[in-house]
Amino acid sequence: VAPELEPGKRIPELRVTPDRYLPYRYAGASGDFNPIHLDPDVAREAGLPGTVLHGLYCVGLIARATVDAAGGDPRALRRMRLQFRAMAFPEQEIVIAGSVQDVGEAGARIEVHADQRERALVGKAEVELELGGDRSS
Amino acid sequence: MTERMQEGAPERLPPPPSTDTEPLPPSVPRRVEPDPTKTGKWYRPYEYEVSREKVREYAKVIGDDNLLYFDRDAARAAGFRDIVAPPTFAVIYSVSAIRKAIFDPELQIDMTRLVHGGQEFDWFEPVCVGDVIATALQVGDIYQKGDLWFVVFETVSTNQEDQKVLDAKWTWIIRGT
Repeated sequence: VAPELEPGKRIPELRVTPDRYLPYRYAGASGDFNPIHLDPDVAREAGLPGTVLHGLYCVGLIARATVDAAGGDPRALRRMRLQFRAMAFPEQEIVIAGSVQDVGEAGARIEVHADQRERALVGKAEVELELGGDRSS
Repeated sequence: MTERMQEGAPERLPPPPSTDTEPLPPSVPRRVEPDPTKTGKWYRPYEYEVSREKVREYAKVIGDDNLLYFDRDAARAAGFRDIVAPPTFAVIYSVSAIRKAIFDPELQIDMTRLVHGGQEFDWFEPVCVGDVIATALQVGDIYQKGDLWFVVFETVSTNQEDQKVLDAKWTWIIRGT
């Protein structure tokens, strides 16, 4: 049963601290071996303090948090829109939060935030969740 | 050299620039920039067969222990054909199509200056283990804003029954210097 999502309500926060080897596992899973995620020397040459997380890893966390908010059924997640704002780093906590903007017949529209040390990783991030439909087949 | 001579410049080599901020002499080719005339280009669809182990691997990487991504019985009990993939598994079955376009020499994308600018997903039919997902890609837009170039890829993914599973928009930014 999907929990009640009402306008103004916040979804449960998801807090994750990716370990230093997470980018290697994400690269293996996704096939994205861009060295700025894996090689500290290359990352520094690109002007970064060290290796950075894959942006789409954070998108995966946002999807995870919002599916959980909808009660755990992945079919609830209908739409996602976001812009990347800042690079995220391993070994620093990422906080995914969100608040319900409005609820209609189609579902709930949720504004999502992903932050690391008070830095916004994404902007204009929005998901739409379909709620309570009978999906038995 | 030829251009300089046509402009009436004296026939001698320009001195090498002493700092990065000095304008480059006209004989040095400009940095590669994306080619906006390639907007609308289509790429043939890539097929991806969804396997249980890959779904499990992806779900573990994003730390998601939802039983529907691991347990066949639980997934079937919830009405899926088989173990279901997390929604953002989209990035896994789309990766070949994206890579093909990003590395397409015709688009002239400088990988060293590439950053992911934005992402849009619209999900339709769920993707389950055993599905064969075909992802077609079209270059949606190529435009410049200030010294940034934006390249937008639009993908459509369908399953083996021709049901749409995903519309996605991938916005890439190619930074200036």
